[in-house]
Amino acid sequence: MEDLLAARLQMALSLGFHIVFACIGIAMPVFMAFSEWRWLRTGRQAYLDVAKAWSKGVAIFFAVGAVSGTVLSFELGLLFPEFMKHAGPIIGMPFSWEGTAFFVEAIALGVFLYGWKKLNKWVHWISGIVVGISGIMSGIFVVAANSWMNSPTGFVWKDGKATEIDPVAAMFNDAWFSQALHMTLAAFVATAFAVAGVHAFLLIKNRKIEFHKTALKIALSFGAVAAILQPLSGDISAKDVAKRQPAKLAALEAHYKTSTHAGFVFGGIPNNKTEQVDYAIHVPGLLSYLAHGDFNAEVIGLDKFPKEERPPVVITHVAFQIMILSGCLLALAGLLFIIFSTRWKNILSKKWWLVFIAWLTPIGFIAVEAGWTVTETGRQPWIIYGVMKTKDAVSTMPGLQYSFYSIMAVYVLLTIIIIWLMRKHIARLQTDYPSAKIETE
Amino acid sequence: MLQIIIIILAVAFILYTILGGADFGAGILEIFAGRRGERTVSKAIAPVWEANHVWLILAIVIIFTGFPLVYATLSLSLHIPLMVVLIGIVLRGTAFTFRYYDVSPDKTHKYFTSFFEISSFITPFFLGITLGAMILGDIPPDNAGSFSERFILPWFNLFCVAMGLFTIAIFGYIAAVFLTGEAKNTPEQRKYSRLSKIFLSSTFAMGLLVFLSAEYNNRHLLADFFGSVLCIISFSLVILLIPVIFYLVNHPKTIYLRIAIGAQVALIIFGWFAMQFPVIIFEKGGTHLTFYNTQAPYATLYQLFIALIVGLILIVPCFYFLFKVFKGSDE
Repeated sequence: MEDLLAARLQMALSLGFHIVFACIGIAMPVFMAFSEWRWLRTGRQAYLDVAKAWSKGVAIFFAVGAVSGTVLSFELGLLFPEFMKHAGPIIGMPFSWEGTAFFVEAIALGVFLYGWKKLNKWVHWISGIVVGISGIMSGIFVVAANSWMNSPTGFVWKDGKATEIDPVAAMFNDAWFSQALHMTLAAFVATAFAVAGVHAFLLIKNRKIEFHKTALKIALSFGAVAAILQPLSGDISAKDVAKRQPAKLAALEAHYKTSTHAGFVFGGIPNNKTEQVDYAIHVPGLLSYLAHGDFNAEVIGLDKFPKEERPPVVITHVAFQIMILSGCLLALAGLLFIIFSTRWKNILSKKWWLVFIAWLTPIGFIAVEAGWTVTETGRQPWIIYGVMKTKDAVSTMPGLQYSFYSIMAVYVLLTIIIIWLMRKHIARLQTDYPSAKIETE
Repeated sequence: MLQIIIIILAVAFILYTILGGADFGAGILEIFAGRRGERTVSKAIAPVWEANHVWLILAIVIIFTGFPLVYATLSLSLHIPLMVVLIGIVLRGTAFTFRYYDVSPDKTHKYFTSFFEISSFITPFFLGITLGAMILGDIPPDNAGSFSERFILPWFNLFCVAMGLFTIAIFGYIAAVFLTGEAKNTPEQRKYSRLSKIFLSSTFAMGLLVFLSAEYNNRHLLADFFGSVLCIISFSLVILLIPVIFYLVNHPKTIYLRIAIGAQVALIIFGWFAMQFPVIIFEKGGTHLTFYNTQAPYATLYQLFIALIVGLILIVPCFYFLFKVFKGSDE
């Protein structure tokens, strides 16, 4: 395997693995704190049980998130030392803030997880709030580093070196807001629907368990709101990408030829030889509208870029379609949930609805993975857009594939163990929590 | 400002050695002292291990922001040992959490424990090797030379192995002293007090081995040692603290014991810092990487400085609270 490919695969794997746990680390503390707050206000046992049961699961996910995040902080250098040599001083600032936020999160989570008995109830609840806020903050900060790679500012590139470095300008780069918003919402959508799906699945067999109903209701409520907002944030992102990274936009829509009144391509497989998208549905003018807010606007196509500066079109386009489709599906589910729950009191007892929600379990995370594929692959061949190519940043150590294989082995093993542990955790719920008991009538 | 950043980096390094070291050490002790102490170990580490290890992330962030060339050189030349460290960190953290959070322990518990113990042993070994490579000065500048000159020999040698063993010994020692204070009953307390002494002796022995092997690898560490007054003073204090700690492990007054061990570790690291300051990485041929010739531009250091100060204002009270909640009162 070529070293560049191995390094990119290892980075993709490490990011793709970490992002799942990072999302859970961002969203779950908010759900737990919410459930605990409901318990403090109403005194209903189910809320407390849900908060406690979730916190046990989160402890495992958080630990994996923490160590896989440590891996990433080293891998940036291990795989792309030339990148970090130049980018370190420019984007170190969001990383230092991320470090601070994560530090606070780790401490507050320690207090939250182990302080159920030792602390005053409200102090305990506040520690949960702190976990939630610092988790969201650390996500937002770290996205600043990634958005800088898409929208590099705050320096002048001269003779292969960065000069006149302005870390503040680099951190507040143009892409930060749209990317951070999109990612934070995505963390909530993905986690909420995954959690809701699991509880819905458990409710299908026995629709009276208060524990799962409570959990499902909390998760779905958060998920619905976030999922409905997500397309709006996606629209902001699309317009932003159209402005700053036309090559990426062209690749994700497989838009080969620059044109006005450009059509939106649904689905299909791009064919680089014929420069057509096979088996796709075209909606005339829609791409122009989505990218520039005008049905007749000109959308720059891949033809404006030399072949060696085009992102891989097939991967980017397909990943983009997967993301859009998943996102729309979840937004629809969220909308239906809000409509149904105002109409019918017992929507959470209807089997067809529970089955539907259970099927949605992985969709949010699929969208997250696809979205990262879009933004990372769509930036290629650049590691710093327009400034440094990925192939010039990669480590000169031969045999990088062995690093990749070892990390892959470790992560595959961890994934298997985590799934197995979660199954055990779920199997034990009804013995450990009063509200999770199956009532025998 | 640069000085303060260096001090914070040193403090992060010292805290990681003490707190992270105690964590790793607890796993090392399990190997040597049998698994009966597992509950004490688990109870002591569980609430704090993630926070303890964030000090490493902090140190890494300071290095790659403030001293980017150091980070780039480390991650290129020491790719292999750092990869092992990373995998070790992942396996250790997850194995520990899995074992602690597994709702219904069964046969797999044994495997988690093995993973936890083995990675608790291997990770510090390779951390020590990495550190050794920075001190030894076999890293070729501009990464020139054959594959083994560039990626193997800088860390695969007697001195680095000695540093690895030294790291294991000192982590075990720190953990043993800490656990003396955590022990729930007299026999357990005696066990850890005995282990403290054994690991202290091994630390001492490995320390000697480090100096001897340095001479063997043509790195005249002893000359550097005697050339630095601060280094001589701090190591003398380290030696003076030994009888104090011997006394304290037999008459546990947890808080004094912890101050003493903390001071001892801090002094060792301070002495090492003083000995080689301002060099961070010694390179082949004398073009060493120092804090001065690798520092980032002023604007970056200034922002890093602000982030660190604000960070510390937020983190220190939180950390204090965490330890107060879990270490203050024994239920």
